Amino acid sequence: MSAKTLLKGGHVVDPSQGLDEILDVLLADGIVASIGKGISAPENAEVIDCSSLIVSPGLIDVHVHLREPGEEHKETIATGAQAAVAGGFTAICAMPNTDPPIDNPAAVGFVVAEGRKVQAARVYPVGCISVQRAGESLAPIGEMVDAGAVAITDDGNPVMNSGLMRLALEYAQAFEIPVVDHPEDLGLSGGRHMNESVISTRLGLAGKPNAAEEVHIARDLLLAELTDGQIHLQHVSTQFGVELIRQAKARGVRVTAEASPHHLVLTEAAVEGYNTDAKMNPPLRTADDMAAVRAGLADGSLDVIATDHAPHHYDEKEAAFEDAPNGLVGLETAVGIIMTNIVGEGVIDVVTMIDRMSCGPARAFGLSGGTLSEGAAADVTVIDPRLQWTVDPSAFQSRSRNTPFAGRELTGAPHRTIVGGRTVWAR
Amino acid sequence: MATSPIPALGKDLVGLEFLSQEQILTILDTAEPFKEISERRIKKVPVLRGKTIVNLFLEASTRTRVSFEFAEKRLSADTVNISVAGSSVIKGETLLDTARNLEAMRIDMVVMRHGSSGAAQFLADRIPSNVINAGDGRHEHPTQGLLDLLTMRDHYDRIKGLKVCIVGDILHSRVARSNIYGLFKLGAAVGVCAPRTLLPSGISDLGVNVFRRIEEAIEWADVLNVLRLQFERMKDGYVPSLREYNRIWGVTTQRLDSAPQDLLILHPGPMNRGVEIDSDVADGPHSVILNQVTNGVAVRMAVLYLLAGGQPDSAEAAKAEAEV
Repeated sequence: MSAKTLLKGGHVVDPSQGLDEILDVLLADGIVASIGKGISAPENAEVIDCSSLIVSPGLIDVHVHLREPGEEHKETIATGAQAAVAGGFTAICAMPNTDPPIDNPAAVGFVVAEGRKVQAARVYPVGCISVQRAGESLAPIGEMVDAGAVAITDDGNPVMNSGLMRLALEYAQAFEIPVVDHPEDLGLSGGRHMNESVISTRLGLAGKPNAAEEVHIARDLLLAELTDGQIHLQHVSTQFGVELIRQAKARGVRVTAEASPHHLVLTEAAVEGYNTDAKMNPPLRTADDMAAVRAGLADGSLDVIATDHAPHHYDEKEAAFEDAPNGLVGLETAVGIIMTNIVGEGVIDVVTMIDRMSCGPARAFGLSGGTLSEGAAADVTVIDPRLQWTVDPSAFQSRSRNTPFAGRELTGAPHRTIVGGRTVWAR
Repeated sequence: MATSPIPALGKDLVGLEFLSQEQILTILDTAEPFKEISERRIKKVPVLRGKTIVNLFLEASTRTRVSFEFAEKRLSADTVNISVAGSSVIKGETLLDTARNLEAMRIDMVVMRHGSSGAAQFLADRIPSNVINAGDGRHEHPTQGLLDLLTMRDHYDRIKGLKVCIVGDILHSRVARSNIYGLFKLGAAVGVCAPRTLLPSGISDLGVNVFRRIEEAIEWADVLNVLRLQFERMKDGYVPSLREYNRIWGVTTQRLDSAPQDLLILHPGPMNRGVEIDSDVADGPHSVILNQVTNGVAVRMAVLYLLAGGQPDSAEAAKAEAEV
């Protein structure tokens, strides 16, 4: 394989440099060598015609469940990293709620090593906040960072103890990593299965009120303000949750936050008929909530689009609704869903989409990437904005198939994924 | 003229929410001739002879299971009972695998009680046998709703225009939901009365009147359908104590006596005497609680008959044939 690649004549969208025009990008020796108009191909360079394609800094998904170790029947680090590049992502952050959890430097090292073996997306481990994710005492955060962890979270669980959350926000500052929280007050939501509304009442399913999420968003924002800590809030799904973050940002609180594709395009109505593929946590909410998440994404209150890719084996979802696990696979549908339903419906433009899927995630988690500036790692996503396709879970690279988007017709898809100058996936 | 008969109910009875008024009335009307069978010396007709029915009870039940079993036996079906304790479910078998294994033995119907809402629909969508929901989580208990309707109709000769208040733990109650859907379909007004902790979110969006105090409900209603207060609800903190529940929310003679009208009293059982209902009300002149139990068998016979392909207008004849 050539060590030099020239991406010729693509529509380069790189919000980190304010680029939104037809340019050539030369990748050499794993970095962006130059970017500009009319770059001539060096000797031995592979030239890729990118006319009518979008060339962007590599997409980054900061919220991915890879299930390894412990649940390799659902996903492995290898299959997850392959699914990532097939979805246009050059880097992913692996959540630590595995079995055993990633709560020590050796476990972090395992994820790093397995990720390197795959030669697909970069895999960044996220370590636990607390030992065993039990919410009682801090995990060895410094050692985990030394081993490669880029953030800490007890995701899957919230940190219920506010005192522990305060300590995490303070302790993590030495390492300049965000404390990542799954905001949910289990006292209000535990043992419940969908959004609380007349639909949950009709279906006879115990509902989770918006307040279950908002109570913890408010708490986390107050603690971040108290400690001057850096908080990252996952999968914000409620109207008032978005508003709380907007207000906190205006006060200067160091907060970043995610929107998930499913909360941007689906409502609780998708649960009708006990559709277990529409069971997720936080649950799909109302149309008003969805509109608020869209508005938050557009105005920057929500910095990041993250999939919360959550693979489950088909027979775990093939169960009565209350008995089915939460989550959906998202890596391979995110670009198509966002292009079709968020960019396509005018919620944001392509520049903002690339910001929220590449630059924003890099900023939030302090990752290299999120830019095509000269000298940066040559992580590039090439997107075909006009490709029409139908979601076919049987074609997923992921080991799991659980998606409420099966059969959905989309416009726009990843075309080529380049990591460190090397094409790791192409349509 | 012989036209091919249209199934009156479709393949399954999962709930009352998506039945039409006509379908509900068909079941109630079909139950009428079946009532009499249970009064005979020989309580058996050959309507379901050769049919195999599995009673799959994956959650504790006595009344409903026995009622279904009598209904099946009185229609001459062959029945097998499976309950949690004796089933492979406790060995970790999935619901779908349990059902597929039963299917492989060539059954005709499954009557299922399950702790998860939507379990009956789940099964109905995946196996060709008729599925009858005998209660799924807090979703629906359609035959209980139907027997409640039949009992009210017996007393008033109509449902339309009746004011029916469901009292108690609406939040966790499949009986409440089936009652609400069935009563609305037949033109009744429906109220609910419970501590706010036991009312589900958005209940008033279903069109019910919400009463905060039992006195207001009694003043309004023609019928009280009093739900059981499970002891676990107190443990989980929904109500402070059983004593307080009885004092504030209990259906007592004193409260009923202060009402200007006579109220009909229903209870799906099993009762907690002295908690949600006082003994002198349960045993009093306005209680039709045992009529409900009797009607339960007739309603379930009607449902079994109709799902097996029986025609509503042949029910009398099918029954008469047996007397030969």
